[in-house]
Parts: sequence; structure tokens; C-alpha cells
Amino acid sequence: MMLEALDIKKSFGELEVLRGVSIGVEKGDVAAILGPSGSGKTTFLRCINFLERADSGTLIFDGETFDLANITKKQIAAIRRKTAFVFQSYNLFRNKTVLQNVTEGLVVARKVPKSAAREKAMDALRRVGMAEKADSYPHELSGGQQQRVAIARALATDPEIIFFDEPTSALDPELIGEVLGVMRKLADEGMTMLVVTHEMGFAKNVSSKVIFMDGGVVLEEGSSAEFFSNPHGERTREFLRTILERDEENSGVTEKPQEGKE
Amino acid sequence: MQFLPALAAEGSADIWKIVTDAFPNILIPGLLITIPLTIISFFLALTIAILLALPQFADTSGYSLFARGLFTVIRKFARFYIWIMRGTPVLVQLFIVFYGLPNIGILLDPFTAAVIVFSLCEGAYMAETMRGALESVPRGQIEAGYCVGMTYWQIMRRIVLPQAFRTAFPPLSNSFIALLKETSLASTITVAEMFMETKRIASRNFQYLALYIEVALVYLMFTTVLTFIQHAIEKKLNKGY
Repeated sequence: MMLEALDIKKSFGELEVLRGVSIGVEKGDVAAILGPSGSGKTTFLRCINFLERADSGTLIFDGETFDLANITKKQIAAIRRKTAFVFQSYNLFRNKTVLQNVTEGLVVARKVPKSAAREKAMDALRRVGMAEKADSYPHELSGGQQQRVAIARALATDPEIIFFDEPTSALDPELIGEVLGVMRKLADEGMTMLVVTHEMGFAKNVSSKVIFMDGGVVLEEGSSAEFFSNPHGERTREFLRTILERDEENSGVTEKPQEGKE
Repeated sequence: MQFLPALAAEGSADIWKIVTDAFPNILIPGLLITIPLTIISFFLALTIAILLALPQFADTSGYSLFARGLFTVIRKFARFYIWIMRGTPVLVQLFIVFYGLPNIGILLDPFTAAVIVFSLCEGAYMAETMRGALESVPRGQIEAGYCVGMTYWQIMRRIVLPQAFRTAFPPLSNSFIALLKETSLASTITVAEMFMETKRIASRNFQYLALYIEVALVYLMFTTVLTFIQHAIEKKLNKGY
């Protein structure tokens, strides 16, 4: 396993959001985390990248074991240098150009020389089709373009795994396709990805693996084909039924953007 | 209204001469004392403001218990300091520092005393400006910084402070202009700035009205130039992003 999370727990005050979540991701996996709103998917993803501090649990990453309750800042920094995160709301640095957004993590955090960083960044921007916007500022771009730049920013640091937190949920329906297209391309190239998503099409057709969460626990974890053709639990079947009905009602129109975190 | 014959008798040509003769004597202390006093106090105040605002803004989750305790103490101190400085008149603060402190053996020259009071007082106001500006930077900017591997201080320096500075610039410019005018209070603790000089000239020739209007116009000239500079910088800051 490249990344394994074991028994991760997290409460916000009285509210128990994660009640012992365990998952595993192999190198080259594209794992989709599905589940209804409030199931703890986003919190889980934020916990394994330390944007939230888990109350307890173990993370095994790259052969090293970390106790999440007692992890040091140094260890967090080391893990973050090998991972990347794509946010629902893109979070591009507003005061930096597209190119600077991508080079920032290389030059500042990894001390890559400027010219090499620039080359790497342009390469990443080309992969997402945003090279010609290198000198634009984020506010000059559409949501879909901003998200593609955010993906380039993630790619440029050669991460071992990229975490995606509902990458298309804040986008207008007509812009979702371009972002999903880039993600599909990365999947085809063998990038390891862990994706919290509401896009059933992506989960079904692109991801190799599905993790279904509800009520702060993982209810089902298995291959994508197995999950959609032969769901085990009653709760999973119900979820799929609701989703499929909704998708039929919308007849191809994708779900409205959701505000805030899960 | 009572007319003072001696003064009324003086011709308007003489008043004009007094005003033009006085002009360099007002302008020079303006350029040599008022402006440096303002600039030095402002940048010290800005430093104080940032030092006060940062701990109030800092994310201490994940710090040790000791560090969190320390931050709580610093935050409490910042609130206390801002409460004192904003709640008392600058004039009284000037008197305490310049005329009061010698009672406990601390003697300061007038300029130093003025710099201390103006930077401490303005720093308290500007700390609130800075805190608001820092809080206006979305949380996601910091999270994105962490996720590309930057440290807290790298994120502050390269992402948060530049964005906060743009938000803070207009209110900071106002503080600067207010501070420039406030330096006239330093005349009460014998700083030879331009209002002090004007008072000195006026007490010799009794042309209070003309000379006080003249010094007001010199202040106006200074603040007008500053306003122009402010607008030019704002225009530049707003370009780009």
C-alpha cells in the first residue's frame, strides 16, 4: 500500500464526524470517496493532509507509520512535500500570476532553482492546457480554468498522490467537463489520486476503486466495477438509487454546486 | 466685536510681507521636523501594529500547550494595550511621557518623547486595521500554502501579508495623514515643529489670524501631496490582481 489510513477519528465539539475510518490506496489507484453530504468525506481527506487535526488514528505513507495524535510539524511538512491537494474552491494565490502559483511550491518550499521551476511549471501548465494563460491572474480566469491551474500547481511538485476535495462542485455545469477531462488524463497517465466527489460518471468510468462513506465510517470499499454492478450494503444500494434517480431527473445536467465543506 | 485700533491700522501690504517672510520659517521646520516626525512615528507604529496583529491572527492549533499559553498572554496584552492607547487622549499621553516621566528619573528629549507617544498610540489604531486586513484574507489561501509545502512564515510573507497590505493600504494612508496633523500637538512639549514655529512668529508680530491660516495652508499642502501619492500607489496596487 502506498497510503493507508487506520481508524481515524475526529470530533468537532460534541459532533463525531469520523468514527474510525480506515482505507488503503495502492500506487496508481484512482480512488473515489463517495457518500451523502455530512458523511465525513471531506473531513477525512483534510485529516490525512493535516488541514484538520485528527483526534486519533494511524497513517502509513511511503512505508512510514505516523500516529496522528502525536505527529510533529516536521513530519507533517515531510508528508506534505510528497502530496498535493486540490480544493473545491481552487484557492489559487490571488496575488500571484498563474505561473507564480505553480512555481511557488517549487521555489519557496522545495528550493528548486528559478529557471528549472519555471520550466517544470510551464510543463505542468501545458499538461492541463493552461500554458497560454501563464501571465494571467486568477481573477481573470473562469472557475474551470482556475481549477486546471490548481491541478497544474499540484502536478508540478511531482507528488506521489494527489488529493482532490470535490474538485468540480463549485463549477458551473458547463465547466465541469474540462476539469474532469484533465483528471481522466492524469488517471490514464498512472497518477495516484484520492478523490472526494459527487460525480458518479467519474467514479464509475475513471476511478479504479470506490470508497463509500456514511455517518463517519466506511461502509464499502472495493473496485469501481464491483461497487456499481453489485453493491453489498442496503445503505449503498439506497444511495446509488437516489443518485441515479436524481441524475435521470436532471437528464445529464450535473448537480448544483455545493457551498462549504461536508 | 471690539476693534483693536493698533492692529487694524496696519496696512494689508504689511500683512502680506509678514506672511511671505514667515513662509520659509514655517515651511523649513515643516520639512525638517514635522515630516520626519510623521514618517518615523508612522513606520514604528506600523511595526507595532503588525507585531500586535499577527499573534491575534496566528493559527495556534497544533502548537504545544506552552506556545498556546504564550500566545494567549500576548493576545491579552495586545487587547489591553490597544484599550489603553485608544481610550486616552494623545495630548495627555504626551504630557505623561514628557513632563511626567522625569518624576521617576526618565528624561527624554522632546522629539524622542513625541516619536514614542505617536508610534505607540497610532500603532494601537493601526493594529486594528492590520487585524481586519489579515482576517479578510480567505482561510483557503493559507491552506493552499500549506498544501504546496510552504511554512507558516513563508505563507505569511509571500501570500497573506501582501494581500492584507492591499486591503490595509487606504486606511493606513488615512492614519498617515491623521498622524501628520496630529504632530502639531508636539508643540505642547516644545518640539520645534512647524506649528510651534508659527506660534513663535505670531507672538512677535501679533498677526495670529494670518499666520495660523498660513500654517493651516501649509498642512493642507502637505496632506494634498500625500493624497495624490496615496491615489497613485492605490492605482498601482490595484493593477494586476
